[in-house]
Amino acid sequence: MIVENPRELRWKKVAAHGFLIAFIALIMFPFLVVVSISLREGNFSVGSLLPDRPTLEHWYLAFGQPFTRADGTVVQPPYPVMWWMFNSVKIALIASVGVVVISTISAYAFSRVKFRGRSGLLDALFIIQMFPTTLALIALYSIFDGLGDVTPLLGIDSHWSVILVYLSWVTLHIWTIKGYFDSVDPALDKAAQIDGATPWQTFRFVFLPLAVPIVAVVFVLSFIGIINDYPIASVLLRSQETLTIAVGSRFYLNEKLYLWGDFAAAAILSGLPITIVFLMAQRYLVSGLSEGSVKG
Amino acid sequence: MSDIALRSEPVARPRDFRWLGITIVLLLTAACLYAVWTLYIMGQPLLAMLILVLVVAFAIIFTQRRFYASRFIFPGVAALLIFTAFPVVYTIYIGFTNYSFLNLLSYERAREVLLSRSVIDSESERPFGLVSQNGQYQLFLPEAAGGLLSDPFALDGTAVEVAANPVEAAPETLAMRDLVPLRANLGLVTVTIPDGKSLKLSGLRTFAAITPEYELQDDGRLVSTLDGSTLTPDQSVGFYRDDAGKTVPPGWAVNIGTGNFEKVFNSAGIRAPLFAIFIWTVSFAFLSVTLTFALGLLLAMVLQWPHLRFKPLYRLLLILPYSVPAFISILIFKGLFNQNYGEINLILKFLFGIAPEWNTDAWLARSMIVIVNVWLGYPYMMLLAMGFLQAVPADHAKAAALEGAGPIRVFFSITLPQILPPFLPLLIASFAFNFNNLVLVLLLTRGLPDMIGTVVPAGHTDILASFTYRISFLDSGQQFGLSGAISLVIFVIVTVIAYANFVAVRRAAAKGGTT
Repeated sequence: MIVENPRELRWKKVAAHGFLIAFIALIMFPFLVVVSISLREGNFSVGSLLPDRPTLEHWYLAFGQPFTRADGTVVQPPYPVMWWMFNSVKIALIASVGVVVISTISAYAFSRVKFRGRSGLLDALFIIQMFPTTLALIALYSIFDGLGDVTPLLGIDSHWSVILVYLSWVTLHIWTIKGYFDSVDPALDKAAQIDGATPWQTFRFVFLPLAVPIVAVVFVLSFIGIINDYPIASVLLRSQETLTIAVGSRFYLNEKLYLWGDFAAAAILSGLPITIVFLMAQRYLVSGLSEGSVKG
Repeated sequence: MSDIALRSEPVARPRDFRWLGITIVLLLTAACLYAVWTLYIMGQPLLAMLILVLVVAFAIIFTQRRFYASRFIFPGVAALLIFTAFPVVYTIYIGFTNYSFLNLLSYERAREVLLSRSVIDSESERPFGLVSQNGQYQLFLPEAAGGLLSDPFALDGTAVEVAANPVEAAPETLAMRDLVPLRANLGLVTVTIPDGKSLKLSGLRTFAAITPEYELQDDGRLVSTLDGSTLTPDQSVGFYRDDAGKTVPPGWAVNIGTGNFEKVFNSAGIRAPLFAIFIWTVSFAFLSVTLTFALGLLLAMVLQWPHLRFKPLYRLLLILPYSVPAFISILIFKGLFNQNYGEINLILKFLFGIAPEWNTDAWLARSMIVIVNVWLGYPYMMLLAMGFLQAVPADHAKAAALEGAGPIRVFFSITLPQILPPFLPLLIASFAFNFNNLVLVLLLTRGLPDMIGTVVPAGHTDILASFTYRISFLDSGQQFGLSGAISLVIFVIVTVIAYANFVAVRRAAAKGGTT
């Protein structure tokens, strides 16, 4: 370990690279297959990894365009993928704005504002966050069934209902931002206080500008988390035009109507943007996760 | 300069906006109070009460300066209470009711449904015509000579009551095709003829006397206007019973005490699969955590090796499974693992001549779900492990190596004991996550293949959370009550895990604080 034998070291290097390359090949297999399927004719897995007669049929359909095959038959897109994408992005954007606002303000309060029961409330938050919203789906369904009688805006099949539920996914983010605020020098808010700033003004003019990077990260994380949700959206959204992409994608792999090729193109189309955003943000996700929960 | 900016803005602002703020608070409060009232009327007293409490708190906190500090946490706490804490409590409450597809309504709504049933008196049924004059309409009911002509009325979607009187000659009436678009509004017209009867639209071409089928008695019973038979509400089952004691739909949800729990624990057709599912849920969560942790740690250690080149590239490729949205990769695996058309069996057949039955064999389906979950979860563990490994001082390992310890000994005696305590809370959280990994099960297998001989559909790959999801929303007739009872079991387990995690975090924090 300290003095390495050069020959042994070379073998070790070969072994390490070999292991990593083999492992990555195994891991990447699904992605390669999906790209291949999306360019292949038909909806069943026949043929080689490199398609013999590549076609853009599945891609046309994924973009919502009808496709004319070589023999003249016109294929219509099976599902409104782009519309579902739009629903997903709309819901995730609106809800994430709400999540960011709520969690930033709450994190500031937990980090700086002194009020009675603060530590008790923090502990309670920590316990509550372990209960995923998905466990109480029956109650959520019943709640929105009832709220729908008050106004259809908050009923089943309304995007606003789903957004409201996602607003409660703030706990983890409160911890992340609180960890960040805790590291801000207390001299700053002392200075603001001496200048006569109220806690709200300290937040608005001192902490908020400082928090822009972490707020951006929380926004991206919350956005991805919401796009990925299946259980809540599947219970609260029922009709085809209100579905999100996560709920709608499932229809492609129905045993009765198995659209493997169409699914492959739609999956790449909807997955790629989110993947890229995620790869840019993942560094912060992990540090936030480990710090948020360990710092207590 | 900043000094001036801070001073001039903050002091001046609150005064100007104070009244605007109070107006907004009052308006919001009023809107919410309306919602509370409607919810209460609609038979959702629990939710109405919670919102009422929150609204009152909101009004007080945002108008009284004394509660200034609370304003910061109110939105977060309110969101958590309504959409996380309340649903948990409400689910438990539902577990004590017979809320299901058969008993879906509230008592008041069920009564309304029965009371709105009507019978058409066929003797009074008679054809009609409609006379149009200057935007006003008159109803004409022909008789042997002449007929009855009503007073003029407007068909604008409001309910009208008019009287009809005899006329000598039949007026000119609208043709059928002009009548059709007016049908909806015609349904709101009640016409009283000279013998005192009130007629309403009863068919495409007819008006008739329509009477409600049931009349409400003071004691809550419903008496039929047809044959005088009675329906008696039975609050213990949530149904009306007729004279023979048979239940009459629609039913309403009533509290049935521990009925669902007795079902869960006494009916072998539920207890046996529930127990099997519980064992599988724990094993699945445990396997997922251990395997992802082991694989992630191994990869992290290889990546940390100082002699390795191309580290950033390897790292990027290795975390790719984590960055693709889970719902997409799970569905991709669902397709790849399809035992008839999937690529995996195609390759296995080509290489080894075998085609495992991933979809119909219980153990193969379970292995599939674990394989997919390890694929999904190892990058997270790897990223965490890379962070924690950096905190392990290199000198310790070097010293151990000098003493003659092999790499495996060094790992188990030096590295693992140092990273395990800070890792523990995250492992527990991961366990809790997988314990309720609804997305994976719903998208990959839906719990299939199903067990044989169960009262409610239960699958070999079902976890507790997906089991309740199926009972309430998929194939078993929306048995919300039963599902709620099973959810209570899950809540108890999750509470234990949450508490364990809480303690682990406290310990880790205490340790971190002292060093």
